[in-house]
Amino acid sequence: MTTSTAPYADLTGPTFARRIMTAPTAGPLAALVLACAFFSLTTDQFLSGGNFSLVIQQVMVVGTLAIGQTLIILTAGIDLSCGAVMAFGSIVIARTAAAGTVPPLVAIALGLTVCAGFGLVNGLLVKLIPLPPFIVTLGMLNVAFALTHIYSKEQTVSDLPSQLTFLGGTFPLGRTDVTYGSLVALALFALFAYLLSSTSWGRHVYALGNSSEAARLNGIRIGRLTIGLYALAGLVYGVAALLLISRTGVGDPQAGQTDNLDSITAVVLGGTSLFGGRGSVLGSLIGALIVGVFRNGLQLMGVASIYQTLITGVLVILAVTVDQLSRKRTR
Amino acid sequence: MSTRTPTPVLQARGLVKRYGHVTAVDGADFDLLPGEVLAVIGDNGAGKSSLVKALTGAVTPDEGEIRLNGEAVRFSGPQDARAHGIETVYQDLAVAASMDIASNMFLGRELRRPGPLGSVLRMLDRKRMREEAAEHMADLKIGLRSLTQPVETLSGGQRQAVAVARAVAWARSVVVMDEPTAALGVKESGQVLDLIRRVRDRGLPVVLISHNMPHVFEIADRIHVHRMGRRAALIKPGDHSMSEVVAIMTGALTVDEDGGGTVVADAEAAKAAGVGTD
Repeated sequence: MTTSTAPYADLTGPTFARRIMTAPTAGPLAALVLACAFFSLTTDQFLSGGNFSLVIQQVMVVGTLAIGQTLIILTAGIDLSCGAVMAFGSIVIARTAAAGTVPPLVAIALGLTVCAGFGLVNGLLVKLIPLPPFIVTLGMLNVAFALTHIYSKEQTVSDLPSQLTFLGGTFPLGRTDVTYGSLVALALFALFAYLLSSTSWGRHVYALGNSSEAARLNGIRIGRLTIGLYALAGLVYGVAALLLISRTGVGDPQAGQTDNLDSITAVVLGGTSLFGGRGSVLGSLIGALIVGVFRNGLQLMGVASIYQTLITGVLVILAVTVDQLSRKRTR
Repeated sequence: MSTRTPTPVLQARGLVKRYGHVTAVDGADFDLLPGEVLAVIGDNGAGKSSLVKALTGAVTPDEGEIRLNGEAVRFSGPQDARAHGIETVYQDLAVAASMDIASNMFLGRELRRPGPLGSVLRMLDRKRMREEAAEHMADLKIGLRSLTQPVETLSGGQRQAVAVARAVAWARSVVVMDEPTAALGVKESGQVLDLIRRVRDRGLPVVLISHNMPHVFEIADRIHVHRMGRRAALIKPGDHSMSEVVAIMTGALTVDEDGGGTVVADAEAAKAAGVGTD
């Protein structure tokens, strides 16, 4: 603190170069580029349009879940139930539509509402009782998993109306086939990137994650904000459920079981701190792509899938270590 | 000199706040005059924090009256007090560490872009917030190299400066500071005390809650001594020594009616404190 009144060099905002250098997504992006370069050199098929299309389709569902997961983790919470909630949502959509009891669009609306409802209950339990997010969503993971199996009677639902699988359709872009669903996922990423970075709501989410007490003392209604975030995350899981159906073409009660942890992996790899208050959905998109590229590249190299899981596990621990160490340095 | 005293900016009469069987505030009075730094001191458990909470809307008093610029007010919460122009700088600063200075300054009061960008797309006006933050910082002669660095990269004194600047930017009537120098070193404490002077010089009265007697004596225009839930004395630092004030705080001395002299209330305690034997 000096008494100079010299004008601030950054009154017009950080320079583009500074923004790139200090962006928390720079590290994850570099990791993604390195991974792509590595697999391009070691396998023949990695750099093909068809393979890109495959990676993007695989990443789309986990990436969408990761948007909701990012919202929760930014508040220093965690959501272990997202994959299970998505699975239940997809069964609700598939069964109600396949039975012909309701029109497909109503079935979709029903699925989105059910998922948002799960999120709302999570949020109410976390904020009003209050309970730790870890325990609430661990419980909800089991509840949603069980409901999925009870409601589906362990049966895969097929013969779905075409409106449900429309998003699985593709259009060619260069030599890659792009699904409409991945456009929906990208649009969601863009929407939440905007909301988090450029609106008061976004500022309040970050403030809440930094210190809920500081947020409260600054007049932010933290109860409403938190519960709303969980419900919104649930709604996003509902969209993921729809993308899941459109990709597989069926309602599968076994789906989504690895997606709970994969979404957390994507968020953490993308540079979002588990301690809350720092990170971005753009980082989570990059994180999801890292997971997808690793899984895909290792498969192309002929590495058994259990080793892929091993490597993803190591990646997460590395990412959390980096997060923890960088926090210590700034303290 | 006029014999009429100016209308107090913030005044309380007969405030009572009970928590179950405990009476934390027991008929307390409070007066803050325009443009002064009023220190509030008292032993732990004297009820000064309950008093200040009542004045800033954090708790609702059971009895008594609060007047702001002569008008009776009743705060429903801290937000309500803020809406009346009373800003508080909290001991733990209440800043969001990973967010930059301008974002912290406008936290909960963000500015939106004019036109449909703001009204429809809810887009923040980052540039205007940065410019206004820079103006507020310049007003208080707080020189920081950058407004876009996260608050967590600042020193303790710089963070305190940001918290004070935020409060001053929004306060129309009063700034309340809770132990602003408690966590700071000697040099940084000095800078914060300078900052408090500049706030006063702009005409904004400051309520300073502090345990630090040298700081209180350095900066306060008047000292409100709180003891056993009420105001034990309202004195000028020049009229009393530091050890006398401590003795008033502990009940060894009481202040006589005109506020000029002191009366020994507890001879033994006063002797132990080294005052009041004359």
